[in-house]
Amino acid sequence: MARIELRDVAKRYGSVEVLRNIDLEIQDGEFIVLVGPSGCGKSTLLRMVAGLEPISSGDFLIDGERMNDVRPRDRDIAMVFQSYALYPHMDVARNMGFSMEIRKDPVAERKSKVAQAAETLGLSNLTDRLPKALSGGQRQRVAMGRAIIRDPQAFLFDEPLSNLDAALRVEMRLEIARLHQKLSATMIYVTHDQVEALTLADRIVVLNGGDIQQVGSPLELYERPANKFVAQFIGSPTMNVVPVIGTDTGVTAGNGAAIELPDQPLTAQAKELGVRPEHIDVVDNGTGDLSAVADVVEHLGSDTNIYVNVEGIGSMMVRKHGNIPVNSGEQLGLRIQTENAHLFADDGTALRPVA
Amino acid sequence: MEGKPVIDRAQKTVRPGETRARRSLYLQYMVEPFFYLSPAILLIGAVIMIPLIIGISYSFQSIELLKPFASGWIGFENYVDLWSDRKFWIAMENTLFWTFWSITFQFLLGLGLAMLLNTQFFGKKLFQALVFLPWAVPTFLSALTWAWLFNPVIGPLPHWLAALGILSEPYNILGDPELAMWGPITANIWFGVPFFAITLLAALQSIPGELYEAAEVDGATPWQTFTKITLPFLAPMIAITVMLRTIWIANFADLIFVMTGGGPANSTQILSTYIFTTAFRKLDFGYASTIAVALLVILLIYAVILLWLRKKLVKI
Amino acid sequence: MSAVKNPNPALIVGKYAALAFYLIFALFPLYWLLKIGLTPDALIYSEGTRLFPSEITFSNFTTVIFQTDFVAYFRNSLVVSLGAAFFTTLFAAGAGYAFSRFVFAGKRIIIALMLVTQMFPLLMIIAPIYKIVAELGLLNSLTSLIVVYTAFNIPFATFLMQSFFDGIPKDLEDAAMMDGCSRFQALCKVVFPLTLPGLGATLGFVFTAAWSELLFALMLISKNDAMTFPVGLLTFVSKFSVDWGQMMAAGVLALIPSCLFFIFIQRYLVQGLTSGAVKG
Ligand SMILES: Nc1ncnc2c1ncn2[C@@H]1O[C@H](COP(=O)(O)OP(=O)(O)O)[C@@H](O)[C@H]1O
Ligand SMILES: [Mg+2]
Repeated sequence: MARIELRDVAKRYGSVEVLRNIDLEIQDGEFIVLVGPSGCGKSTLLRMVAGLEPISSGDFLIDGERMNDVRPRDRDIAMVFQSYALYPHMDVARNMGFSMEIRKDPVAERKSKVAQAAETLGLSNLTDRLPKALSGGQRQRVAMGRAIIRDPQAFLFDEPLSNLDAALRVEMRLEIARLHQKLSATMIYVTHDQVEALTLADRIVVLNGGDIQQVGSPLELYERPANKFVAQFIGSPTMNVVPVIGTDTGVTAGNGAAIELPDQPLTAQAKELGVRPEHIDVVDNGTGDLSAVADVVEHLGSDTNIYVNVEGIGSMMVRKHGNIPVNSGEQLGLRIQTENAHLFADDGTALRPVA
Repeated sequence: MEGKPVIDRAQKTVRPGETRARRSLYLQYMVEPFFYLSPAILLIGAVIMIPLIIGISYSFQSIELLKPFASGWIGFENYVDLWSDRKFWIAMENTLFWTFWSITFQFLLGLGLAMLLNTQFFGKKLFQALVFLPWAVPTFLSALTWAWLFNPVIGPLPHWLAALGILSEPYNILGDPELAMWGPITANIWFGVPFFAITLLAALQSIPGELYEAAEVDGATPWQTFTKITLPFLAPMIAITVMLRTIWIANFADLIFVMTGGGPANSTQILSTYIFTTAFRKLDFGYASTIAVALLVILLIYAVILLWLRKKLVKI
Repeated sequence: MSAVKNPNPALIVGKYAALAFYLIFALFPLYWLLKIGLTPDALIYSEGTRLFPSEITFSNFTTVIFQTDFVAYFRNSLVVSLGAAFFTTLFAAGAGYAFSRFVFAGKRIIIALMLVTQMFPLLMIIAPIYKIVAELGLLNSLTSLIVVYTAFNIPFATFLMQSFFDGIPKDLEDAAMMDGCSRFQALCKVVFPLTLPGLGATLGFVFTAAWSELLFALMLISKNDAMTFPVGLLTFVSKFSVDWGQMMAAGVLALIPSCLFFIFIQRYLVQGLTSGAVKG
């Protein structure tokens, strides 16, 4: 019902190009998450889909029909704003039913739909309150209620959870996931929080500086990032990236240590090696690929984070499951799980075995 | 996505793109602001801009309603007359005097009031409403009120001034060429203090409270806090308010016009009252426009200098 | 913060002395106006400079209201001020909205032009306006005053309205448009109700300004039955230059509408200045 396509879409403010070459096809019912650092153009892209921002060039299609010039009200898309954008002068019920009020739907139908949505979102006893008398989480729910009441073809979310505290954020995240399962509507969700992206998305679109860096499922992005930016943006803690010199069979790190990478055929062009903290093993001092000194050790119970100094390379991070008995100042050996290592060329693109 | 329940959308009333003709969103975005703007622009253009241009052109013409046959273009003749017009130079001097003392007292008293209102005390809301009241008094009425207050028959001021030894006997200073200007200046101060207080109060309240707490922790004296935190923060606001107010006061003819009409012996004639009396009493529009252009030029020079100074001094 | 301080008693005395000074300075002239207006004619000369009259009367007020053209001036002023306030607010709201919400060609130039109108002497255009109005045959008509006052007040009112609109999150209109409103509908249903304080403040501001404008009214109006308050009162003053009690009574009456309006807008002005009033 709502297959959304963007073909070579660009956005310019005067002479400043904030988005370029955006090609994206979103399947009906798909949950797409746009991630990227602040200012990369996520909101702008979302607002162009909503029709709140004109598209400078390219085509925007819904179900194969060009919709560039269709006004927001005629696109049948609902949006949840970061600020919630609840109408301060209307109570909760009127906020939720506003779209039906505007479309002059029968009052009885509006009332029953509002009651139903309020029920679903646990707002039933708050319907006559003004937004200013609600907590952050409740406002968030009202904003969602306003969107679902319309039963739109697609939902847009612009960082909907970023104004909530950590616990509420997790709760609402689950609720959005449930909502998606229940409604099976197309959803486009903007966030700069990669945990939200990884947990919610069918596919993630990584944006940076106005360009799409990579599109793929969460696992794809984690396992096969297309470039250094995606590699470092997805995954927490951040991937370690160290400069290396590529050789025929592996790479040589700054301290002269040679690392054999049998799984990676393009090692000669490698300029940087990337390894996620969870893909480094701690071994006895003197063995492994690198020798290091533990700097700070964080025992989290379920995991242990070890910040190490590697001579000639600098600091890296290692994360191991469980409780690892390492003390600050201790000499360690590190072994890199070569099958999970990433190599990056000069321009940051990932070097991959030809499949 | 397969296997998820699909809800029935048959009852949907709105289909995308169905209801409206497809005008270009871009075109709409270009045209729409002018829909909201045009009444304002048209009115300003017709009532202010066009007369302004005509007014400037008048200064190169002879337009005296009392001498309808002598009208026509006369080049710079009005300006030559202006240069040798003794009344013009007196008015210029008076304008400086009037503007300088009005703005100085308005500013200092306004700053004091704003700082008082920025503290806590009992009955502050009522106090604020009452001290701001003069701002709401129509200017012609302020002028009449103060004219009456200075009248020894019904006003107490001459008697008080005499009692204080400032005047030798209770007489009306508005009739004394030496002192007359202080009448309208007093009225102007009374009328203008609330304006400064309101703007400066708004600026004061925007200074983050932590700054004062930090200064207090650092052991600053109240005077140091005032000079090191308050004043620098207020400086941009002060500069812009003083500039706008100066221009406004220099143009402000009502008080003087009502209180003294420019007399006695032109001792309170400022440029703007001179413009008005020339146009209104003598109906010599050409010459009135010439004085107005001169005033405009002076004000522009002043604004440029002040903006330049502000750029030099204020680094925010 | 103040709880911790241990203020100097001399400072406290100084502060209250300053408060008293400001209060007396602000109110004394108004008190005097009222006092003379209430003093019986017979006592004006003997008690002219006493702080409190020994006897009060309302006869000055009734004379002014019933036996002079006062009511006509009042009506004219009301028509002119309300007309100017209404149109100014309407047009300034449109312009302020455009400045607040749109980026468009020529925006800077238009803003600059509006600023310029705040800088040059309005007296400069008094002569051309007189001639234009005379040629249109609109001298002595209240319409010409409404048009002129509306134009003069639009620039400042526009900046005022713009700052009120700026205080209303843009997201609200976007949300309304997503909910099915056209921009104009969003303006009417969402933005407008939230701008009521701003509209009130602007309305009151323009009303007060128009109520007290003197010079253009003097220039454009010479017939008694079209005179506004300031002009009327001024001619009144020259006509009855000995009847102090009546003049002051008329002054007090002239004061009432603008003070009422001031009390009404004060609340909104403060609200407007401390923006963010509508957030959440
Ligand atoms: N109205 C505008 N005019 C000019 N530049 C804008 C405008 N709106 C956004 N931008 C620019 O576009 C870029 C993308 O903004 P945005 O989409 O809000 O980023 P994000 O939501 O990813 O943080 C930013 O660099 C921003 O400065
Ligand atoms: Mg954003």
